[in-house]
Amino acid sequence: MNLQIVINIIIALMWMFLSESYTFSTFLVGYLLGILLLFVLQRFIPDSFYMDRVIKVIKLIILFIKELTLSNIEIVKLVYKPKLDFEPGIFALPTELKSNWEITILANLISLTPGTLSIAVSEDNSKIYIHAIDIPDVVESINDIKETFEKAIMEVTR
Amino acid sequence: MSGTWINLLIDIIISLSLLTGTFFIFSASIGMLRFPDIYIRLHAVTKGSTLGIAGIMIGAFLFLYVEHGIVSGKLILGMIFVMVTSPISGHMISRAGYHNGVKLWDKSVRDDYAEAVKEKRKSIDN
Repeated sequence: MNLQIVINIIIALMWMFLSESYTFSTFLVGYLLGILLLFVLQRFIPDSFYMDRVIKVIKLIILFIKELTLSNIEIVKLVYKPKLDFEPGIFALPTELKSNWEITILANLISLTPGTLSIAVSEDNSKIYIHAIDIPDVVESINDIKETFEKAIMEVTR
Repeated sequence: MSGTWINLLIDIIISLSLLTGTFFIFSASIGMLRFPDIYIRLHAVTKGSTLGIAGIMIGAFLFLYVEHGIVSGKLILGMIFVMVTSPISGHMISRAGYHNGVKLWDKSVRDDYAEAVKEKRKSIDN
């Protein structure tokens, strides 16, 4: 993957020299051409095409923004509720992710989902402790949320 | 004639994004005052402020671009950094609060973290 990025940058630089204009936009055009070349020649280059992974990262970012917007709307609804009749609490969520990096992303994503806030990670990195505004409501839905997040994160990091 | 229409539309979009941004930040501060304990207040602050700031930044970015022709990368960067850092700060503040013994709200129904903290305290004492 690193090799492919280096090749891509070299192609972009070559494009700059060939067209004899040394601006950022020429570099960008060269970079896009490089992506196209790598896409056409992907059978002859070691490792899988690196834009696949970039697309997965972009998907993860879109998921992030979607959840962020939903949770904002949810919290605004709670703020203007005349009666505070929810049941908050802390529960433990087991996770399959191992490395620090993955768990950081998962905890951040959980913090931004509606009604949940990650409070701590257990010593052996196997559980994330989550504060939920309305426990009965959250415990039902948390499992599918967790699965979609874990899947998206694993696709990027592994 | 078509030019004025587009200008009006862009003005409306800019004002809408600025207004939604201020609305979300205003709601976050009201939540800060209304909610009963530190953890629920953090919910309001970490979430409400991100979309609020994003809205204001997008409004400012569009305004600068349309009125003055400036593409301001700083505003976009600021938006991204707020989005990335606010959940982390929420996590750290709530964790620090818990370890300093801030109590949950009276109506809280569950606390799984208390056992983990207790076990950890025991292992340190021994």
